Amino acid sequence: MENLLEVRNLRKDFQTKKGLLQAVNDISFNVRKGETLGIVGESGCGKSTTGRAVLRLVEPTGGEVRFEGQNILGYSSRKMREARKDMQIIFQDPFASLNPRMSISQIIAEPFDVYRMYNPSERAQRVQELMRTVGLSNKLVNSFPHELDGGRRQRVGVARALALSPKFIVCDEPVSALDVSIQAQILNLIQDLQQKLDLTYVFISHDLSVVKHISNRVAVMYLGKFVELTTSRQIFANPLHPYTQALLSAIPIPKVNVEKRQRVILEGDVPSPVNPPAGCIFSGRCPYVMPRCREAPPPVVEAEPDHFVSCYLVSDKMPPHVPATAHSAGDSSPT
Amino acid sequence: MAERLLEIDNLRVEYHTDDGVVTAVEDLQLHVEKGQTVGLVGETGAGKTTTALSIMRLVPAPPGRIVSGSVHFHGEDLLHKRLDEIKKIRGNKISMIFQDPMTSLNPVLTIGFQIEEAVVLHQGLDARAARARAGEMLRLVGIPPEREGDYPHEFSGGMRQRVGIAMALSCNPELLIADEPTTALDVTIQAQVLELMKRLRQQFSTSMLLITHDLGVVAEVCDQVAIMYAGTIVEYADVNTLFTNPRHPYTRGLFGSIPSLDEEVTRLNPIKGLMPDPTALPSGCKFHPRCPMAGEICKTRVPQTTNLGQGHSVHCMIYEGLVPGYEE
Amino acid sequence: MRTETDDIIQSSDEHPGELPEKLSPDEHPPLTPAPELSKRRGQWGEVWRRLRKNRTAMFGLAVVLLIIFTAIFADVIAPYSFRVQNLDRIAEAPSRDHLLGTDDLGRDILSRIIFGARVSLQVGFIAVSISIILGGTLGAVAGYYGGRMDNVIMRVMDVLLAIPSILLAIAIVSAFGGGIVNVMIAVGISYIPVYARIVKASFISIKEQEFIEAARAVGARDGRIIVRHILPNSLAPIIVQGTLGVATAILSAAGLSFIGLGIQPPTPEWGAMLSSGRHLIRSAWHVATFPGLAIMLTIFALNLLGDGLRDALDPRLKQ
Repeated sequence: MENLLEVRNLRKDFQTKKGLLQAVNDISFNVRKGETLGIVGESGCGKSTTGRAVLRLVEPTGGEVRFEGQNILGYSSRKMREARKDMQIIFQDPFASLNPRMSISQIIAEPFDVYRMYNPSERAQRVQELMRTVGLSNKLVNSFPHELDGGRRQRVGVARALALSPKFIVCDEPVSALDVSIQAQILNLIQDLQQKLDLTYVFISHDLSVVKHISNRVAVMYLGKFVELTTSRQIFANPLHPYTQALLSAIPIPKVNVEKRQRVILEGDVPSPVNPPAGCIFSGRCPYVMPRCREAPPPVVEAEPDHFVSCYLVSDKMPPHVPATAHSAGDSSPT
Repeated sequence: MAERLLEIDNLRVEYHTDDGVVTAVEDLQLHVEKGQTVGLVGETGAGKTTTALSIMRLVPAPPGRIVSGSVHFHGEDLLHKRLDEIKKIRGNKISMIFQDPMTSLNPVLTIGFQIEEAVVLHQGLDARAARARAGEMLRLVGIPPEREGDYPHEFSGGMRQRVGIAMALSCNPELLIADEPTTALDVTIQAQVLELMKRLRQQFSTSMLLITHDLGVVAEVCDQVAIMYAGTIVEYADVNTLFTNPRHPYTRGLFGSIPSLDEEVTRLNPIKGLMPDPTALPSGCKFHPRCPMAGEICKTRVPQTTNLGQGHSVHCMIYEGLVPGYEE
Repeated sequence: MRTETDDIIQSSDEHPGELPEKLSPDEHPPLTPAPELSKRRGQWGEVWRRLRKNRTAMFGLAVVLLIIFTAIFADVIAPYSFRVQNLDRIAEAPSRDHLLGTDDLGRDILSRIIFGARVSLQVGFIAVSISIILGGTLGAVAGYYGGRMDNVIMRVMDVLLAIPSILLAIAIVSAFGGGIVNVMIAVGISYIPVYARIVKASFISIKEQEFIEAARAVGARDGRIIVRHILPNSLAPIIVQGTLGVATAILSAAGLSFIGLGIQPPTPEWGAMLSSGRHLIRSAWHVATFPGLAIMLTIFALNLLGDGLRDALDPRLKQ
């Protein structure tokens, strides 16, 4: 399958008072055309920064982001503005992501203003189309965000992201702020739009159930790195990284009488991404930690087709001929 | 039958706002038996927190007002007690854990001092005994007692919630009200805190009212579940019954909205529509505009409680035989 | 607050767009009551609604409007000219002819106060406009770009703040001479740092919000982000401070005139009138008292209005 987005050795450092914060620490992955790649992780793991770095909403410190084969990190700001038409984002907080002083139609039409597209009547019609697409009544055109509930606001955010007919959308925790019944509506909308408009998503969330539900493949992120990347079926059926296992077992399942998985309770808190541990980033909390885990980071290996993991427990079992190329997670389809 | 520790009857709480009167809780019936954990489940605006605050007599007034009803604790109506009597119960016999313990901890006092203060106030311990008690409580929730001299901001979110739990349990309360205690936490931390709560509940045999929107958390820790919608409890049952045999259309809708981890579902089946405008609640059954089963009568008649046996009760006209039900 | 009816997703043939299908039924929100037009208002409508409920603020607003009205129509309202002297009737007590009496040159005090409103309001509003425009721009640049620019601008502001504003105004007026224009400039400059700080603070907090990032994500440039997104959201504190600032500016101008550095006679200015009446305070109390009361009333009204605006613009503060 064709890759729409190829990310290589992406890095984003922030200079903080306590030291260098490596929010995104050498991540590589591909996003295939028409798929949804889920990124799941706990707060502070760098998942949102990854999404923003891919769109250059935060400027990456290093690496490459190739969109349709072109490295957009080398783009001038003028060229980047053009590229933004194809790459959009849906934000987490439908309260903070809409300008409270602008009406719904102004918010949705803002991209047209920015690129000086359409005359006023075409613009009004396009706004109506977009509102219909996301399931908003035309009666709301002149409303203001504070008059809408969270679910409708999030629909406005989706409409704005769709305005320029993008090919690729980063969904940054788009349902985390919503109640479950509304969350399900928005998830369905996001899925429907993907089919209808041929969209490719990166879907970021802390909720593994949501990510698993909507994604074709899932990357598990911990302290700025992907520890495991595989299909959403395999991530549940055969989690290989101890962190993925712990994450899965920690989720309370809304069922009774089911065989509960052996719960792995991790000790301690997520360490600070400032000065992360040497060696494997998970070594501080890993129940299976070995001395060498603290010395050098484990290689990324393809444990089974389309299943990448970075852990000595897995790589030790692999036949030696498997190339332990460090940053190949996601370079799935052999070229 | 076990002793009813807490019994709420016909509770009605209103908020008088600029936009009109919001009935946050209406005709609420709920009880907690000794040693039980009751989950109170609902979405934003369902009135869960207002219910909890009513028990503690902490509904902000104005704009809030407890209009009618009773809250019996050990057979005594808390709503008719004097404020100084309530203050003896608050934090002592009934204590509360909040979603963000940062809001309930004083940022300029050490956590040790704050636990000791409660113990001195309610249990009449002297300073030395109080200090010992604080250290003991901290050890119990997995915080080294040496950290009692630290301030709330020096703890991570999960640790702060542990401090909140230590504080809530320091006076050995009979009833613990936990308002979304793990919602703000990451899942691995949530797992730690839930594990801790389960352990301590057994150890202290405290009764608990757990407010949450997460059915997974309910399945994990609760004995009984009350599902709340727009100010009323629409279904009440023990955890097994509710999860295997949900009856109210809203309860069923909630289950249909949750993405499943262990099953392949390509499309969710959410409840249509939105939470109703709290200043203009629908007539009749408040769920009828969103209900897939609703009939004409649902628009006008308020459903009564139907007992389905074994403590399973539901507020829905289907079970009163007035509306055609599900094909089983 | 939700006010609209349900979202009917109409059949799409009347709108031949590129997305013709209907969405699945679960996307239909429910029937709720029909929209009330009165609720359809922007945020400024909300502010006005809250302000209207605040009685003291409405009193302040009424007085301010009355003073503005008086100033505009001074020629019609004032019973006498402000400059005609009647040396036969010097420092007369209030009487039917002269409701507030006459001053030491026999001029009608009521008329001079009415014309004085013109001067005071002009000075107040224009001086504040000067400080808002200059201070606001500096604050916006400092807040939006940060870094070295911010450092340089804010240190200059700190220096200005270190000098008492009245002293600064005195210095400017003594250097460039009195007169109404110079007083406005002097007072305006002396309050620049206040607005620079307020605007900088609100720019910093607003530029971190997600909707700014959203604008950047659709390709908006800095200018658009500042004018369209940040500025409208930082108006509230500027308006409040501006209202209170008019009062302070009037007082400063009156102070300058009182010490003889401000507006020169015969232009009627409340501070100057107060000053000229002060040596008569034992023999003719009204000469100094009424201009003083005018200053007090205006400032009082502006402060009531400013406090009310603050509550109306940020309802969270009140509760």
